[in-house]
Amino acid sequence: MVAHADTRVVHRGGSKINFRAPVITQDSRFLICVSGECIKVFSTSTEECIHHLQGHKELVTGLVLNPSNHLQVFSCSEDGTIRLWDFTDGILIRTYNVRRRILSMHVSAKGDVFLVMPVKRNKKEKFGLVSLNLPPSVEQHVMVKGHTIVFQSVSTDPKCIAFGQGGEYVASVKDNVLHVYFLNKKTFYRFALGTSGEMAARNAFTCVACHPKDDCIATGHGDGKIRLWRNFNQEKEYTFSTVHWHHSGVNALCFTPEGTNLLSGGLESVLVQWRYGQEGQKDFLPRLGSSIKEIVVSPDGSLFCTSHTDNKITVIKNCTKVSAVIQGLVHGDGVKTALMVDPRTKALVLNGKPGHLQFYSLQRDQQLYNLDIVQQEYINQSNLDQFEVVKAALDSRGSWLATVEQRSAKEVEISLKLWAFDEHTQSFVLNTTISAPHDGPISEICFSPSSQNSTTLVSVSLDGHFKAWQLTQPDPSDDEEASWSCDFVGDYHSLEPKCCCFSADGSLLAVSFKEVVTVWSPASWDLLTTLSQPPGAIQDLCFGRLSCSKYLLGATDKNLCCWNLLTCSLEWSTALDVSLLLADPLSENVAAFCGAEKTTDLFVFRPSEPRPHFSQQALCTGRVTRAVFAPRDEPLDGCEESSQWLNRSQLYFLTHNMELLTFLTKPEEERLMALSKQPTIDDSVAMTPFYLLLGKHRKRQEEERDILSSQSGVRNLLPQGSVAIKELLHTPSHVLPSTSILCSMFVSSLLVSVSDSRDEEQPTEVEMESEKEEEDSEEEGASVPPRPEHESSDTGAKLGPVLTKAEHRELRGVKKLDYSWIRGLVTSNPVVNTTKQMVKTPKQRVKTPKPMAKTPKPMVKTPKPMVKTTKPMVETTNP
Amino acid sequence: MGEFKVHRVRFFDYMPSAISAMAFNVHTERLAVARADGTVEIYNFADNCFQEKVIPGKDGRTVEALCWAGQRLFSTGLNGEIVEYDLENLRSKYTVEAYGGPVWTISSNSQGTQLAVGCEDGTVKIFELVEDSIQFQSNFDRLKSRVLSLSWHPSGTQIAAGTMDMIRVFNVTTGHATQRMMVDRAAGANKKKEVAVWSVVFLSDNTVISGDSAGKVQVWDSQMGTLIRTHLVTKWDVMALAVSRDESSLLAGTSEGSVVQFQFISARLDQPDKEWQRTRTLRSHSHDVRALVHTDTAAVSGGNDAHLVVRPFMEKVVKGSKESAPCKITFPHRSLVSCGKKAGILLFQFPERLEVWRLGETHCVYACSLQGDDHICCSTLSPCGGWLAYASASSVRLFQLQYDNDSIALTKVKLPKVLRWANQLCFSADSSRLFASFSQSSVLVFALSKSEAKYVHTLKPKSGETTAVHLMSTSDDGQWLATANSDCEVHVYNLKKLKYHCTVPVYGSCPSAMAIHPTGSNVVMVHADQKYSLEQKEYTEWSRSLAKKGLHGSWLNRVAPVTHVSFSASNPDYIILHDMNMFCIIDKSLPLPEKDSDLCNQNQLRSMNEAARVKDSHAFKICEMFKNLLCVGLMEDHSLVVVERPLLDIATRLPAPVRQKKFAT
Repeated sequence: MVAHADTRVVHRGGSKINFRAPVITQDSRFLICVSGECIKVFSTSTEECIHHLQGHKELVTGLVLNPSNHLQVFSCSEDGTIRLWDFTDGILIRTYNVRRRILSMHVSAKGDVFLVMPVKRNKKEKFGLVSLNLPPSVEQHVMVKGHTIVFQSVSTDPKCIAFGQGGEYVASVKDNVLHVYFLNKKTFYRFALGTSGEMAARNAFTCVACHPKDDCIATGHGDGKIRLWRNFNQEKEYTFSTVHWHHSGVNALCFTPEGTNLLSGGLESVLVQWRYGQEGQKDFLPRLGSSIKEIVVSPDGSLFCTSHTDNKITVIKNCTKVSAVIQGLVHGDGVKTALMVDPRTKALVLNGKPGHLQFYSLQRDQQLYNLDIVQQEYINQSNLDQFEVVKAALDSRGSWLATVEQRSAKEVEISLKLWAFDEHTQSFVLNTTISAPHDGPISEICFSPSSQNSTTLVSVSLDGHFKAWQLTQPDPSDDEEASWSCDFVGDYHSLEPKCCCFSADGSLLAVSFKEVVTVWSPASWDLLTTLSQPPGAIQDLCFGRLSCSKYLLGATDKNLCCWNLLTCSLEWSTALDVSLLLADPLSENVAAFCGAEKTTDLFVFRPSEPRPHFSQQALCTGRVTRAVFAPRDEPLDGCEESSQWLNRSQLYFLTHNMELLTFLTKPEEERLMALSKQPTIDDSVAMTPFYLLLGKHRKRQEEERDILSSQSGVRNLLPQGSVAIKELLHTPSHVLPSTSILCSMFVSSLLVSVSDSRDEEQPTEVEMESEKEEEDSEEEGASVPPRPEHESSDTGAKLGPVLTKAEHRELRGVKKLDYSWIRGLVTSNPVVNTTKQMVKTPKQRVKTPKPMAKTPKPMVKTPKPMVKTTKPMVETTNP
Repeated sequence: MGEFKVHRVRFFDYMPSAISAMAFNVHTERLAVARADGTVEIYNFADNCFQEKVIPGKDGRTVEALCWAGQRLFSTGLNGEIVEYDLENLRSKYTVEAYGGPVWTISSNSQGTQLAVGCEDGTVKIFELVEDSIQFQSNFDRLKSRVLSLSWHPSGTQIAAGTMDMIRVFNVTTGHATQRMMVDRAAGANKKKEVAVWSVVFLSDNTVISGDSAGKVQVWDSQMGTLIRTHLVTKWDVMALAVSRDESSLLAGTSEGSVVQFQFISARLDQPDKEWQRTRTLRSHSHDVRALVHTDTAAVSGGNDAHLVVRPFMEKVVKGSKESAPCKITFPHRSLVSCGKKAGILLFQFPERLEVWRLGETHCVYACSLQGDDHICCSTLSPCGGWLAYASASSVRLFQLQYDNDSIALTKVKLPKVLRWANQLCFSADSSRLFASFSQSSVLVFALSKSEAKYVHTLKPKSGETTAVHLMSTSDDGQWLATANSDCEVHVYNLKKLKYHCTVPVYGSCPSAMAIHPTGSNVVMVHADQKYSLEQKEYTEWSRSLAKKGLHGSWLNRVAPVTHVSFSASNPDYIILHDMNMFCIIDKSLPLPEKDSDLCNQNQLRSMNEAARVKDSHAFKICEMFKNLLCVGLMEDHSLVVVERPLLDIATRLPAPVRQKKFAT
């Protein structure tokens, strides 16, 4: 990954917590699970995330409790390290460097560590199970050398390997074969299921589990059967029994610690509990929400834990009751809606469970709530066409939500729903349902950003029309609420419209019809102008913001065009295969994701300026089609120049395999590291009466001291003395510690009043802050009217000493003469083209005052050497 | 071979009767199967599960239990009698009244000296086996309810008896009960219903295993009288249990039609203490499994859906061998249909009646039902369609058929008194003679004239004691008669001289079909293990080359035996034969199929391209278009009659099963 020095593409929030099976600690109080590059420790009772264990540089691929110390956990990662953590304190204890990609990790009952890693064999990369000796050491970083290969070809899924009965043997399944290897005797048995016939296609092994006491191996199969293998130390006389309840593949199997029960789960989202030895009797825990991926049982057998495909971990108490649900960002098969940010909660809004929209708080990395859009029972069955939420839009204040649901059974069924935000219940309430709003699928919907009460929704459909919907107030005589109705139906030469976009102030609406962009006035619904840049149909449209609001950007599958709406002419265009255009609502910046062959490049630029602020090649593999600028709560400062575009908002984007990625700047990273290094409040200390009495006060004192010393009063605490005295007096004397200990504490508790003067100040400060916040939020809510002068003065102020306009311009010219930045970009052709053509455009504008239909000619000319063309530009900019 | 006009006959509504009991003789590898109509069939497991003998049943005789004592076969039923069968002449030898009401079960000790029967009145009676008879010996302590199941301890000193709600263990010498083990009733609504212990098994380590009507398989310690382990197998009944000879595997048949296997294995590897673990579930029946046998290599099950299913255990057999193929026997291995070649009429044989149908008509032309209790054991129609004969255990009847336009009138023709019963009947090709096989492979010859039959001669084989004839065939020119019996002997008689001609060298497998070549005076025999030989005092060239080359592997691996052989009238080189699943025409002039090539059927050949078709074509022209064949006959006018009995039709006429397999339950 080509990285700028100070920005890094990271998983920040919303990563998969169901990637590997979670680990329940010995005392059943914590649940440890992988989450992208970090490890999260949750409390099993409160669902709260207690620690983020950060340190791995790549995806974490395995977690196991340290067999010799149950307060420590091993994690392995694709970065080739195994790390040992103290999860109660969240401290990294040791790093073992294996220097090879690790895909999963296992520990046998004897305490031997096994890894799955790539093994070269016949030049083909295969994965092998490798046994490893972790050298005892006190150093922080340990190099691990030497390993022995146990198995040559294993599945990378940790479910497919299990260690049996005291670590005597290991069972591994892959495709249609079960291998059992006795570690001591070094004997090897292979049991294959039939591979021919129509039944055999589905009976491949999916998972394996070993009975903790008996010699019995349970295997799950693709056709829903569970086989219990016995006598597997014989080549021929082995035997197995079959039980069958699941109708499709068994995803997870797990024996309870005593071996009395076998748990299984699959697509049906039902946890099945089989009695071992009496497999006819079984119990069910149905309606777990979505299909089960993994099952884990706590060491004492009281807690079950299932992880689900919708990035959820369910904690089940006493085999019967769901006691906690830890929900991550739901990664569906594909996000059909655009990514949005809810202005009220600052939550990311996107498709969640089938038929739902999820509101996900990225700051807290937690799902806020799900909104049921379709309001129909979801039937978990393949080949069944169900209603799906395909489009959604939020208006700029977050008071209206528009959704489009679609089902393509035989003919397309569409309905458009409008949801009003209800202040009372703090959620969205269905206001209007419009069934069949269009004859064809809706390709885009958007709200006008106008700040008045009446907002307009525009829906664009493949049936050749776009419709504007408005909230109509009913007669006062009727009791009915206000509802939405169609205000205008527009079309253009019966071409298929593709996308639409409102300008930032809501005064213009651009709708693309194949190659033509039409610009309408939403006030009168007049067609103002058409813009065109053949060849290629417009794929995406976007208005510039703030000072660049006179520009309209359009992306065809080959070109990126920028029109000046004042002159109605093409300002510049460049050959780029843009998959997504996105304007930052708080700055002029526009982000363009360009799909190269397999990877995606990102360019961030201002429409008025021809050179990008920021570009990153090979951002990720696959096309990026969903991204969003999430406004920051407070602008970031201290960034270097190349990452200044991230000051006001953060850019999140979804890769094609549903990973949510974002950019992390250096200052942010430093801040996070600082946060994680802070000793966190330890809630795992035993709750003795002594602790209750002393620990609490001591902590408070420490906090107070912190406040005093740093003078960064977050929140003032009330004087504590009286409470301490009260508690001291009200506690029975026989549980109190000796008086000598209490005495100093008591005295110090009386000495609080020293910092009184500051304490008085602080509340006012807090008030001021809150006022500021309110102002901020108002500004954000009020759909940000374009304030070009304001903004430019802002930037000017940031640049340092105030310059005159002419000086400023000169400086820019000089900057452009400095070609050093080209060197960095020379490697990538599209960018070079961009600059060339951008440079050319002023000339072209002079030549052809009305370029709309004729423009392409200069564009296709072969590029000229750079140095020549830049000269006239200097002339034009420096008259 | 060209094309045929095919009469596809599906109106023969033959219903196989439910299997009620089975017994396996380990030493001779013979399986005795009793059906609900009283028929007892003997299958030879050493010879590809061929149905060697059929003893026809009798009205009012039901068979509840079967047992072998040495070479002798006994059965009991709800009429309260113990029957011993004459396996040579295929009839019941004698019956003994048990005087205890209906008899539910019979069991012999492993030494073969004593029989124990369990009666409705709660008594267990011991009979002693004496030469040619059995003799009552003693009564055990009388129980309160009927004795449903019995099992001897291998030492012969103890008997476990399953009754209602209880299992009792008896000491054989004293006749007193030594243990009493109460069986739990089913939970819930069936709490008041008493539990029937349908089956018990007494193992040599003094373990008793029981299967009951509450769906449990329970393991008991008979010395302590305590329950060791309960396996709940089904919600309905466990009807039958069977244990392997080494007592390491147990089968339980349920009313759901599944057979559950239990194995005696240790929970921890390398540790000696073993327990009974449920392992496999075999589902091969749609209805109750009433009878089970655990042979060394296979599970044999039969039940109300009338199929006899042999499921081999894969770990006990060599993969790909003939034994490893599962086998389902539905139809008897002998012809129930006879064709009147010239007249175009068909005769269908049912246990209690006969039906005559004329081709091209949609209704039965004539149906005659049997007088007397005994069931029909064989029937035949003369090639001209003018004569009809059938035999039961007590009588042989001959009829002359007269055709009016639509209907057929039968007139009875008196047979000489010599013939009291017959195993097999056969008309000569010109319908002038009737051959009836009698005891010890002898054949009686009758001359038929207009209205009477005259005894002519008795043909006897040279070798002395032999078993009953099950196949008979005459040549078209009327010169030869061949008979085959279950000792695998084939005798040929010269009819012109009315004397014994020769015996075909004995081959190890029983012939399942036989015919004499119309012109070449050769005998074609198809053996149960799918081999062939031709004979005219010595094997012909073709059969020698066949014997030398061996038959194709996939032909040998066919499960169903060939049940009929005939010849094409137009081209004597063609041999037509069929089994349950296909019919085949063998062209002797074409090369035999190569060992390593695929044995293609005609459909596969048709789909190939020209070159491959020429390359792959061989003497065996197999047609698998018709399924569940009972008969394929070639008529005089070159049309083919195919009598099918679709299994689905049989299944729909069975009563509803207790439970249908539902999705994901």
